[in-house]
Amino acid sequence: MSIHVGNAETARPFPDAARAALDDAQLRTNVRNATNIIQAKRNNMTAELADWEALRNAAHAIKTHTLRYLDVYLEQFEANVTREGGKVHWAADADEANQIIARIIADRGGKEVIKVKTMTSNEVRLNECLEAQGITPIETDLADLIVQLGNQDPSHIVVPALHINRTQIRDIFRSKLPLHELGIEDLTDDPSQLAEAARLYLRHKFLTVDIGISGANFAVADTGAIVLVESEGNGRMCLTLPDVLITLVGIEKIVPTFRDLEVFLQALPRSATGERMNPYNSIWTGIAPGDGPTEFHVVLLDNGRTDVLANGEGREALNCIRCGACLNVCPVYHQTGGHAYGSVYQGPIGAIITPQLQSLEHSRTLPFASSLCGACYDVCPVKINIPEILIYLRGQIIRENQRTVAGKFDLENMAMQAMALVFASSGVMTTAEAIAKLAQNSFVHDGVIDSLPAILSGWTNSRDLMPIPEQSFRQWWSQRRKEQ
Amino acid sequence: MRVSLFITCYNDLLFPETGVAVVKVLERLGHTVLFRSAQTCCGQMHYNTGYQRETVALVRKFVEIFSDDEIIVSPSSSCVAMIRDHFEKVAVLAEEPALLAKVKEIIPRVYEFTELLVNKFGVENVGGYYPHRVTYHPSCHGLRMLRLGDTPVRLLRKVSGIDLVDLSNATECCGFGGTFAIKNAETSAAMLEDKVRCVLDTGAQVCTAGDNSCLMHIYGALHRQKLPVKTLHIAQILASTGEEPAK
Repeated sequence: MSIHVGNAETARPFPDAARAALDDAQLRTNVRNATNIIQAKRNNMTAELADWEALRNAAHAIKTHTLRYLDVYLEQFEANVTREGGKVHWAADADEANQIIARIIADRGGKEVIKVKTMTSNEVRLNECLEAQGITPIETDLADLIVQLGNQDPSHIVVPALHINRTQIRDIFRSKLPLHELGIEDLTDDPSQLAEAARLYLRHKFLTVDIGISGANFAVADTGAIVLVESEGNGRMCLTLPDVLITLVGIEKIVPTFRDLEVFLQALPRSATGERMNPYNSIWTGIAPGDGPTEFHVVLLDNGRTDVLANGEGREALNCIRCGACLNVCPVYHQTGGHAYGSVYQGPIGAIITPQLQSLEHSRTLPFASSLCGACYDVCPVKINIPEILIYLRGQIIRENQRTVAGKFDLENMAMQAMALVFASSGVMTTAEAIAKLAQNSFVHDGVIDSLPAILSGWTNSRDLMPIPEQSFRQWWSQRRKEQ
Repeated sequence: MRVSLFITCYNDLLFPETGVAVVKVLERLGHTVLFRSAQTCCGQMHYNTGYQRETVALVRKFVEIFSDDEIIVSPSSSCVAMIRDHFEKVAVLAEEPALLAKVKEIIPRVYEFTELLVNKFGVENVGGYYPHRVTYHPSCHGLRMLRLGDTPVRLLRKVSGIDLVDLSNATECCGFGGTFAIKNAETSAAMLEDKVRCVLDTGAQVCTAGDNSCLMHIYGALHRQKLPVKTLHIAQILASTGEEPAK
């Protein structure tokens, strides 16, 4: 098996990557501004629905049911796609998905492909694989295009270029787009000018490239339909103009019936972009002679998902409909932005998906990249209890560590074991409290603790700590009882 | 009524005044406070950091110590959340059906301090006097796990002399998160920076909360930056009177 999640193999542990992000004032301003705007819109759009909570419950119930019977629905989906003239391919891992897609393109002698809305292709690193085979992938969603031209990674699952502002976008366009050929002489950072430059560049690609690759928001089992929502219409072009369309779908994107879309096409846009409906909702089934692509492939990707499904404690992560609401509300994401998560899936949801798909030194730091404030769970339209899964994954990681000698004698583990012993008895605790009171003397300066050693220095680098008072509560209590 | 106090380990050691204040308020309202000295810790830090097995003994201990008590109160929203949301999971993890039954039986009797006053006793005015400008930070666990809503604020509004001012972005975490503040110290400190800015914008002299862990964190930055804002647990504001003002 060759499971990989974007470039997670080479990603740094979260605390290190976060440190770099925190030093980037521009990045933090960009992230804060963008998330504030999206959050406000999202809050308005959910508040206006009297049955928002019922909608969340319905979405959760449908997803839970679907995952329970995923095997049945996947086969039903395959049968319906096939009946409607499409071809379904099963990819066990990233490499297999890439090979399947590359082969379809090679069979047509394709040299360029246009792509839209496929985060899953970032997960399998499709672009890298295609480029290695002499095929040029062109992202057509505006934000994806910006990120691609800027040679960057997406920093948000819905708003990939959220970390940069329009001046930075202008600079990327100036250096990477053939502006002169497009008839643009002086590009400013005016949004309409930037959009026009992208439009001119992409229009030509839409009209000349005959292979398209898309992602999917939903795959409907009972009809074989694929659903893709977007804001720009570039997706619609990508889905309808090429002769060949390849759609890469994670197996968890299945919904049982067309009717289920009633729930998800409300829950998703309101949570993701704070809109009642997406400007473009494309739903297509197989091929239709004389209308759109003549060849349609669906690549169903596993890449670790069945292992997640097999885990009763973690499988809820597969409910995710990639709305990004948990990123927008997350106080950690607000500070660090998405790149610190070292994955194509960022924020709280990334912190529970990435380590479940791929166990790496880096991904093992992700479940700890949360203060467990619970804001993510509150906004999740499919009610994934992200904090619970974070805690569960922490437990798995600690247990694995404890099985190694180094992990057993790890400073944190020893401290935790010692404290567990202290808390096991109030007598020991009272003694430990007395020792702590004595021990703190060397750290108290002017009535405050301002410098601690080793792992505790993280606190005192920026924060003081009040010293332990003379009398504990229990001492006060027993003294009071004696006096009474 | 007889109220058994679960003071919590860190309040016992670091914030004894909070416990004293809880006793004062409850006794002022005519209740009898009980303190079981065998108590230690709820296990929250271990549980949330991934040391779930290590909390089994603490859960066992908790249900044994408090098994006879009708009302158990704690001035810490995160410790109450640990009990309410995670004790059952610990019992399941330990594969001890008897423990699970005891946990289920005890949970409805455990109250967070403000919740006990308002929801169980139906009291909002506890006779406090605190003539200062105060802002309230709703700790994440109280807000999103215990769903305290405006319960603490209703108590504060009835404190005479208080000038209660709203905190902007109040529902955003202060960045403490237990061991998160150590493991991701820089990110935690950046979150705290935002919280402190909001606190300062209120012009309050005092920042209060229902959880001393958040207050310890907020104090850390206020004190380091020599800012003239105090932190004080809500119980201490409620206990404060003209004769015995909160320190």
